[in-house]
Amino acid sequence: MSDDSSLHTPNTAAGDAAAAAATPPVLELKGIGKQFGAIRALHGVDLTISPGEVVGLMGDNGAGKSTLVRIIAGNFPPSQGSIHFGGREVHFHRPMDSRNVGIEVVYQDLALANNLTAAANVFLGRELRRNFGPLRLLDHKGMEARALELFRELRSETRPHDLVKDMSGGQRQAVAIARTRLSNARLVMMDEPTAAISVRQVEQVLSLIHRLKEQGIAVILISHRMPDIFAVCDRVVVMRRGEKRADKPIAETSPEEVTALITGAKEAA
Amino acid sequence: MSVPSETSPASPEVTFTNVGAARWWHRGVFASQTAYVTLALAALIVVMSFASPYFLTEGNLQNVAKNFSFIAIATLGITFVIITGGIDLSVGSLMCFAAMITSMVMTSLSTPGMPLSSLFVHLAADGKTVVANVPGLILIVSVLAGLVVSLIVGLINGVCVALLGLSPFVTTLGMLSIVRGLGYVISNGKGSFPGGPDADYFYALTQGDVYGVPAPFIYLILLALLMALVLHHTTFGRHVFAIGGNEKAAELTGVSVPRVKIEVYVVGALAAGLQGIIISGWLGSAPANMATSYELNVIAAAVIGGANLAGGIGGPLGAIVGCVLLEVIRNGLVLAQVNSYWQQTLVGVIIIAAVLVDRIRARLL
Repeated sequence: MSDDSSLHTPNTAAGDAAAAAATPPVLELKGIGKQFGAIRALHGVDLTISPGEVVGLMGDNGAGKSTLVRIIAGNFPPSQGSIHFGGREVHFHRPMDSRNVGIEVVYQDLALANNLTAAANVFLGRELRRNFGPLRLLDHKGMEARALELFRELRSETRPHDLVKDMSGGQRQAVAIARTRLSNARLVMMDEPTAAISVRQVEQVLSLIHRLKEQGIAVILISHRMPDIFAVCDRVVVMRRGEKRADKPIAETSPEEVTALITGAKEAA
Repeated sequence: MSVPSETSPASPEVTFTNVGAARWWHRGVFASQTAYVTLALAALIVVMSFASPYFLTEGNLQNVAKNFSFIAIATLGITFVIITGGIDLSVGSLMCFAAMITSMVMTSLSTPGMPLSSLFVHLAADGKTVVANVPGLILIVSVLAGLVVSLIVGLINGVCVALLGLSPFVTTLGMLSIVRGLGYVISNGKGSFPGGPDADYFYALTQGDVYGVPAPFIYLILLALLMALVLHHTTFGRHVFAIGGNEKAAELTGVSVPRVKIEVYVVGALAAGLQGIIISGWLGSAPANMATSYELNVIAAAVIGGANLAGGIGGPLGAIVGCVLLEVIRNGLVLAQVNSYWQQTLVGVIIIAAVLVDRIRARLL
């Protein structure tokens, strides 16, 4: 696996945004819009994210958060606007397209198979294999060792050969996040990772996000939980009625202002 | 990756401050329905050996081994389908159909004057005896014909389920009827018989034994070992389990779900076809009503052995143990001179009991 930075091809068009963030952005959305028939789900959304930056994406139900995430994940293309990733314009037609360039999604239901071990889940769809004579068989030891390495890196107490069905919410999150580390992702999007787990496990998940940040990975965190956003994010983006209403460094805003922006009590900031 | 590996790959064992490791009897095969059904089987065998002086005789054990081998190969195949969360009701009909095709092709190719037969046989000097051009070739071609037909049936099942999105139950229920009907059509309701110079090889390979071990039992063990290898040591096997555990997760992680599903129905159909061909060798014919309702025995054996109809769980050991248990009970009732009509009732009780005990175990542990 190659080093992340070597993959960058600096682009002059991205220069303005890059100057502001000091490093070239990993993801740049320009004027993204999306219509479903007569319904305008997104309109004119610009968003720039730098490596190692954690951006909180907030908004009420129907504000356009999921539509935006799905466009970035390649579930469907935008009706207007362009996506630049790592300095190059990209067009995603299937989720695999976005995965191939280095975008990983941790789904709300985590997409884990309960009947398989942690290691098997981490490597699902990307199994390591070894040659045994003419056969290509699963490399169980290799996968368990690598999974253990990833769990250590995430500082999660998770055994690679334990079944996922016996695991806590925090451990399951670690398995889902370890999966994204496997591919050397440069952007990880997490959909409500703390919605259904205990207080202690929330801390574990937030520290997992810190680990990703330390590795220079950009994170988009979708959450309804204000304390989580203020604990880990560098910036908060507020969506309302399909438009971006605010995009502020976390230090320059407050939970009260964000709440006002979400509900519409305050139009924009 | 910039993070160096601190652990040697050989020892992934770790101790954690707050997460206990599951004890060995709570893990893997020991915590499965297969494990205690195996225990129940062992207990039953002990009881039987005391209850009847004939049970452990060589003849009876050969009989038991042969009889359960007659459904066990198909059970191995359907276990693949069941692990993905599917079901295949067409296996009984397909056993019969594949056996018919094989014996009809064998007879036809061995009859001078029939299409293509000149490639395979000629008449001896006496003008009556049919002699094979290459001994064994007709057998190979006719068995392959039966298997190709099975493969096509499995392919149709798989495409209907995986690509057209039909329910496995409905698709294979329809196929049960289609294939049985076709069997009656092509044989005009009479069934068929293996014939010609290669029929003796066919009987030797299906009725014969090696040092007293019945041939079907040997095939079963070889196929079970192959199945264990495929399920636990190949990506295909891993994906079969993943689809049964969480189909959506498998899809999101890039597993080609439709392809794997089609493949399991093909594997199930091939196993059923092979099973039918072996049974017809033992019977000496493939009657049109052969293996009627065998799909129920096969599914019952798989479920008793621990395959979960909800998907995600199952394996070759369970499939075989389920078949052995059914056969030992049948054999035991015969030896004990119990009215054989009780057999079916008892099988039903065991199916429910096995699943019930598993549910209770899951609650207690």
